[in-house]
Formats: sequence, structure tokens, C-alpha cells
Amino acid sequence: MDQASLFSLLSFGPDGWGMRFVEGLVVTVEVSVAAYCISLILGLIGAGAKLSNSKVARGIADLYTTLVRALPELLLLLLIYFSGADALKFILSLISEDFEDFEINTFAAAVAALGFIGGAYMTEVMRGAILSIPNSQIEAAKACGMSRFLTLRRVILPQMLRYALPGMGNLWLSATKDSSLISVLGNTQDLLFMGYRASAVTKHYGFFYSVAAILFLAITIISMIVIKMLEARVNRGYR
Amino acid sequence: MDTTLKVEDLHKKFGAVEVLKGVSLEARTGDVIAMIGSSGSGKSTLLRCINLLETPNSGRVYVNGELIRMKPLQDGTAKPEDIKQVERIRSKLAMVFQSFNLWTHRTILENVIEAPIHVLGLPRKEAIERAEILLAKVGIAEKRNFYPNHLSGGQQQRAAIARALAMEPSVLLFDEPTSALDPELIGEVLQVMRKLAEEGRTMLVVTHEIGFARDVASEIVFLHKGQIEEKGPPREVIGSPKSERLRQFLSATRH
Ligand SMILES: Nc1ncnc2c1ncn2[C@@H]1O[C@H](COP(=O)(O)OP(=O)(O)OP(=O)(O)O)[C@@H](O)[C@H]1O
Ligand SMILES: [Mg+2]
Repeated sequence: MDQASLFSLLSFGPDGWGMRFVEGLVVTVEVSVAAYCISLILGLIGAGAKLSNSKVARGIADLYTTLVRALPELLLLLLIYFSGADALKFILSLISEDFEDFEINTFAAAVAALGFIGGAYMTEVMRGAILSIPNSQIEAAKACGMSRFLTLRRVILPQMLRYALPGMGNLWLSATKDSSLISVLGNTQDLLFMGYRASAVTKHYGFFYSVAAILFLAITIISMIVIKMLEARVNRGYR
Repeated sequence: MDTTLKVEDLHKKFGAVEVLKGVSLEARTGDVIAMIGSSGSGKSTLLRCINLLETPNSGRVYVNGELIRMKPLQDGTAKPEDIKQVERIRSKLAMVFQSFNLWTHRTILENVIEAPIHVLGLPRKEAIERAEILLAKVGIAEKRNFYPNHLSGGQQQRAAIARALAMEPSVLLFDEPTSALDPELIGEVLQVMRKLAEEGRTMLVVTHEIGFARDVASEIVFLHKGQIEEKGPPREVIGSPKSERLRQFLSATRH
């Protein structure tokens, strides 16, 4: 097959794979964004727990980050996906028989699992960032009568962002790549899955995996531009 | 005249070390009390105990006649009974720090309007009007949209004073406000503080500027090893110190 017909395989018509790749790109971005949002929330809670006075909270947070960082991500994904699904089914079956043939939405389960994994790394990033805030900034807030919550909202969170952003940016880039792990869960329609399907059907492995690679690269490049802009913004007033 | 700030028998320990050994102090409205003393004598600790940035082990602090209620704990320390009361009283006790402590992520104007809006609940427009008057008063109106790190130390400290004034506090607490400044910048800050004293503001100023204390203070307090060793009108304390330690301190600082 010559060059021209190879590219015609990528057309957006009914015979081409173009549209499928666009759909795959959308799924990949959706999974990444959703998982990342979960990891932000878990990271904030985890960092709060690690810095709290409660031994129990610190213990749970330590267990969480140690476990997630110790195990391969693919193993964790499978573990959370399958055992999490079973556990949920079991709980639901206790509540009502209507849930007997309840099927877990692959997308939701995958997002939850990826978010859970990302949250552990986010916990460390945010904990470090909070510790980097000079205590004098917090004392200034206290001294003018700010409550703890107000101090958190008006001083700690905005200042934390400056220290956390490089780490948060890296975790976002990881999230976009890790989202491809969900293609092992079956019919996930994400970018890597599309690359695999197109290759398998047409036997043009090199070509279609390259297309997937280029689209991943595009996500990364755009992300890096946005991260640079955000960093410039939070660093206003510091240089 | 009314007592704006009253401190009674304040004790503070860090671990086993007693840093404040029963300090009492009283500022009536309009008083300017200058506190002097050598490094480590407990001056900062005393200021920080007054607005509960440190919790004293025992003793009483009254602001505008209101006692900050404390609850003694079993281990000999204490804690505030009602954090809401502490927050309310802190908003009446403005603190100016040695290293300014302006919020680095906010512009000068944002620094000054922050607490009036979020702590006092002032409408934004009113807070800005108030801030602009204050920034003009301390002489940095044209810097209002700058970030703190882009200002000189003297300008930052004057901004910090504006931030403190924006709370319309009953008492201004200064902890060595000029010690972190280059010598040529000290004057501009002292001049602002002089103006505040002339306006009749109640101030408690920890300082190494003996000249300023002598000219501006209504009373000078000499703290030594966590106790008030001598106090009185500047003319007496500086002019004819009774305590041998104060004499040594003064000759060492005046060179
Ligand atoms: N958080 C703390 N933990 C332990 N010790 C402390 C703490 N803060 C202060 N101290 C000790 O308490 C003593 C008094 O300190 P303080 O800062 O009040 O002195 P100061 O009179 O303000 O001195 P300077 O003129 O150097 O500012 C010092 O010996 C200091 O080491
Ligand atoms: Mg000090």
C-alpha cells in the first residue's frame, strides 16, 4: 500500500479511522480529567490528614500513600477495578435484590481507580507544598483575627499552589498517560485502544500506533503550554 | 483614662525554660509604651502572648476591659477557652512584625483590604477607600498595585503598618519594626510611627531605637530575663537609670 492510501485509512468517512481516533482522544482526555479531579480532592484530604494532629488520620494517610506507591500501577488498577467492583456488588446485593445483575460502568470504575492512585502522589505533592509556606504568612493571618478556615482559604491554598504547581503539572502529564492503562479493562474506546483496534484490523501496526503516539504527544505539548502559563500566573509577585 | 490593654502576671515556658516570669503591664488609651531589653529577654514572646500567637502558661490579658478567657491544662500549659473570642480580640490588636510578613501572593492594596473585608465584613468598596487613605498616609499610595517582593523593606514595613491600621485596632503591637531594615530606610518607618503616636494611638513598641523611645514613648519598660526590671517615663529611665543592668544595656546600645 502506498502513502496516499495509508492516509486515506485515517479519513473521517465511514471507512476511515479518523473519527474513531478523535473519539479515542476525547475518551482519553475525559478519563484523565475526571481521574485528576478525584486525585486533587484525595490529595487535599490526604495532605490535611498527614499534617493533622490525629494519629489515626496520619496512619491511614501513610498506609494509603505507601501502598499505592509500592505497587505497580497496572496491578493496582486491576486490583481496585475487580475487587472494588465485587465489593460494591456485594454491598448493593445486601441492600436490595434489584441490584442482582448490576454491572459496573467501566468508565466510572476506571476513573475511580486512576483517581485513587493519583491521589496518593497528589497527597505527597500537596503536603510538601503546604510545608513550604513560611509560617510567618500564616501568623500574619492569625494576627489579624482570621479563623483557621479563612486562613486556609485565603492564605494557605493560594500560596500552596505556587509550590505545588510543578508537581501537580507532572501528575497531570502522568494522568494522561496512565489513562491508557484502562485499555486492558476491555472495550474502553480510549486512544490506545483505538490504536490497537485499527492496527489489528488493518495490520498497519506501525502506522496506527504512531498515530496514537502523535496524539498523546499533542496532549502533552498543549498541557505543557497551559502549565507554563499557570506557573507564570502563580509566580506573579515573586520575581 | 481607660485602660486599653492590661497584662497581669504573665508566665510563659518553652519546655522547662521559663521565658516570661510574671510580667504585668498597662496601657491607657493613647499611651505609647516602648519596650527595650537585650536579645532573648522575652520581648517578642511577650507581644506574641498578648495576641495569643503563643499561649501563655498563666496570667491574664485584658483588651478594652475584656479578659481573654483561658483554660488551664493538666500539663501546666493553658489554652483559650473560646477561639472565636481570641479571633475577635486579635482583630483589635494589630501586629507589625519585624520581617513585615505581608502576604506575598497579594498586592499591597489587596494586603490592606484583606482582613477588613474578610474578618470585619466591610464592603469591598469601603475597604478600598479606607486602604487608599491609609496608603497615602504612610506614603506609598503609588505602590498599591505592586507585590510586596517588588518593594524596598521600608516600603514593605509602611505597607504592613497600613494593613494594621486598616483594622482600626485598639492597640498597635510592634515587634522591632525597623530591625530588618537597612539603616537608610529606618527613618521613614520611624517617622510614620511618630505620626501615629501624635495621633494618640495606643501602641506597644519593642524597639532597639533608644532615640525613638526617648522622644515618642510615654513610658519605657526594660525587660530583663523575662521580668520587668525597670519602667517609667523616658526621661527617668534613659536619663537616670536605677538598675545596674539597664545602665549596662544602655551603654552597650548607645555606644
Ligand atoms: N518557639 C520557641 N521555642 C523555644 N524557645 C523559644 C521559642 N521562642 C522563643 N524562645 C526562647 O525564648 C527566649 C526569649 O525569646 P524572645 O524571642 O522573646 O526574645 P527577644 O527579647 O524578642 O529577643 P530579640 O531581641 O533577639 O528579638 C529566648 O531564649 C528564645 O530562645
Ligand atoms: Mg524579638
